[in-house]
Amino acid sequence: MKVRIKFNKTGAMKFVGHLDTMRYFQRAIRRAGIDISYTAGFSPHPIMSFALPLGVGVESEGEYFDIQVNSSLSSEQSIKLLNEQMADGVQILSYKKLPDETKKAMSLVEAADYILLLREGYTIPDNFSEILDNFYSQQKIMIIKQTKKSEREIDIKPLIFKMNFSENGIFMRLKAGSVDNIKPDLVLEALYKFIGQSMPKFAFLIKRQELYTIDQDNRLLPLSLTGEEVL
Amino acid sequence: MNKLALPDEILLSIDKSARYIGNEINSVKKDLSSVSIRFAMCFPDVYEIGMSHLGIQILYAMLNEREDIYCERVYSPWVDLDKILRDKNIPLFSLETQSPIKDFDFLGITIQYEMCYTNILQILDLSHIPLLTKNRTINDPFVIGGGPCTYNPEPLADFFDLFYIGEGETVYFELMDCYKEWKSSEKNNDRKAFLKKASQIPGIYVPSLYTVKYKKDGTIDSFVPIDNSIPSTIKKQVVMNVTDTYYPTKPVVPYIQAVQDRVVLEIQRGCIRGCRFCQAGTIYRPTRERDVSILKKYAQELINNTGFEEISLSSLSSSDYSSLNELITYLISDFKTKGVNISLPSLRIDAFSLDVMSKVQDIKKSSLTFAPEAGSQRLRNVINKGLTEDDIIDGASKAFDGGWTRVKLYFMLGLPTETEDDIKGIAWLSEKIAKKYYEIPKDKRKGKCQIVASSSFFVPKPFTAFQWAKMNRRDEFLQKAYMVNDEFKIQLNKKSLKYNYHDADTTILEGVLARGDRKVGQVILNAYKKGCIYDAWSEFFDFGKWTAAFEEEGIDMDFYIFRERSLDEIFPWDFIDIGVTKEFLKEEWQKANNEIITENCRSKCSGCGAAVFKGGVCFESKN
Ligand code: SF4
Repeated sequence: MKVRIKFNKTGAMKFVGHLDTMRYFQRAIRRAGIDISYTAGFSPHPIMSFALPLGVGVESEGEYFDIQVNSSLSSEQSIKLLNEQMADGVQILSYKKLPDETKKAMSLVEAADYILLLREGYTIPDNFSEILDNFYSQQKIMIIKQTKKSEREIDIKPLIFKMNFSENGIFMRLKAGSVDNIKPDLVLEALYKFIGQSMPKFAFLIKRQELYTIDQDNRLLPLSLTGEEVL
Repeated sequence: MNKLALPDEILLSIDKSARYIGNEINSVKKDLSSVSIRFAMCFPDVYEIGMSHLGIQILYAMLNEREDIYCERVYSPWVDLDKILRDKNIPLFSLETQSPIKDFDFLGITIQYEMCYTNILQILDLSHIPLLTKNRTINDPFVIGGGPCTYNPEPLADFFDLFYIGEGETVYFELMDCYKEWKSSEKNNDRKAFLKKASQIPGIYVPSLYTVKYKKDGTIDSFVPIDNSIPSTIKKQVVMNVTDTYYPTKPVVPYIQAVQDRVVLEIQRGCIRGCRFCQAGTIYRPTRERDVSILKKYAQELINNTGFEEISLSSLSSSDYSSLNELITYLISDFKTKGVNISLPSLRIDAFSLDVMSKVQDIKKSSLTFAPEAGSQRLRNVINKGLTEDDIIDGASKAFDGGWTRVKLYFMLGLPTETEDDIKGIAWLSEKIAKKYYEIPKDKRKGKCQIVASSSFFVPKPFTAFQWAKMNRRDEFLQKAYMVNDEFKIQLNKKSLKYNYHDADTTILEGVLARGDRKVGQVILNAYKKGCIYDAWSEFFDFGKWTAAFEEEGIDMDFYIFRERSLDEIFPWDFIDIGVTKEFLKEEWQKANNEIITENCRSKCSGCGAAVFKGGVCFESKN
């Protein structure tokens, strides 16, 4: 049986990197007594796959991984057992049984919501909201993307699904997943370049809010909506 | 969650910031207002190394069991953060409450190897604690050292207020109570009053309460307490019932990968073998086994409490543990289906160990390990290494039949009485093993075999039979390594053989620091001021700075390492009573020179002196 687990990651836990987070959950699952399936062989490992890596320093309210289990208690009980094993700053938010044919979470991700919060002690231009609107209303937003081998110019406008500014910070809905994944700092960098300034390092605390897949009608659907509660 | 000591800007600018955030699973949380003693436990190396150490986990669990004590952890900041802390004048902090080390009552430092000595000064310095005990005030924590290097604490005597000699489980609580008493007395603004009180506790050594006088030739003339209320010898502390003592069954689980990223099951303490070069073999005498039923229970609890995917057995010589078969069989049957790997320490290679190894690891990927330590039987007799060529060849042959193709061999160069044949013997023995492999018909063997021999350079350590021996010079070491290397090149199966040797400069320094007296302290301080830290890391070790420090302080390295010592010389560490007597070690030194072996504790007691502790192997068959 496949299960999708949603969790958040905040505070000091934002400094725990992706591979370490995977290991953290493998161990939490063993402590919680979740009946996860293991691969065969001399060093068996739990069958588990994460939706989208989260960078070091980025907080999140909507992270996901899928696991394969041999048997399962109810969602409610499983969440409780897992939450008893969490460190401060990580909470399990949902635990849902997936239809057997569901593809790996990683291949489903289409978009991600981010909010960028101004850290204490940093300032932004007064007319930031206006700047942001002007920036986003451009036909094209060209940036130079550096890969290991080459540098190429790409237009990221089509990868920014939504962008606005509120007193809470900068909201962005961005293309995400295994193809054309873009990170909020890249957009931010382009924004500062647009106004002829260099991006102030560390000015914003980045928080991922949700991950989406698309349904048959091309509508974005939070990953947590797939699957059903185990009763 | 506690507010982090470092702002995001710093944590995002350094490598592996999760080293500094605390908040790990099983780390202990307490309310500071409800505790009366704050103890900072330190391993003076980077987090991933420090977190791999069982001793710290034992003391951490033990001290935190008491409600009035809060023990937190601290490790050496990596060089990137080290620089930032200095530049911004940010005091070093504990992981749990993220608060300055200077605010603690105690800073306990475990001293596991000599090459961490400058890191000790780094910890003190970054904590804003005066490096020298004589400059500390009532506002500073008491700095206490423990661990194997405290069996010669003298080079560090100027930096530590106290040393704890022996196993931590025995008198720590006594020391804590003594501290509380002093704290509530009217003398609570007199550091010395506490230190004097503490010096009455067995195993506690307060270096500032002793005076050392030297002879003209630099050797020690006398080592005496400043007054006769202070004990003149310090008795090492041992836990005689290792079954019924503290065991950290809820060890802290790191986020980042530790060097030993697994739970550790300590099956016994001490070793029955009596290899003459081995300090652990004497200072941890007598051998004490932990009951197998409690080990099974601990194994379960450890995995349940941590969720680790691997468990490993720990001891100096696991093959000598009497219930090994029972324990391993249990672990395999119980854990194999639960996705928990079992990592076995290097076992003596025989039918039993090959059988269990084939169950727990992939033969294709694993290798066999032998530690002959010396290349010839003659020299193995000198060092009392009870491993014969037949043992090795038979073991390897059985393993080759079982499908193994890789063998690792460990040797030492520079051992006392060593001859050219002993040295070249390293290559000859390796060749014989390869030859054994190629005796298997071609269609039955799996391609080539790979024999990897490594050698380290020998350091005569305190409290071993070789403590009177002199070390080789740097050039001698290297010439010997080249000789081995050349000999490897002319072997028939040279393509299946590989040889590596360790760095000689580190060995020289290790020798001085291990055998030094109080005078060596000023050199450590000088080297630290020159910028030496992380000496155990080859990328940071700067022997040039060290030699300059020796020169500037007028301290001659040769005096400590290239001098064969007379039998009546007073050693800096002679004031410590480890149970094993100097008389016994002298006999062993003479037997070594005559190539006579000594039997292990189980086959025959040699009356080493450790029976004074009234337990363990010394009394096994007698009750
Ligand atoms: S007294 Fe005998 S049995 Fe005990 S440790 Fe010494 S040699 Fe071994």
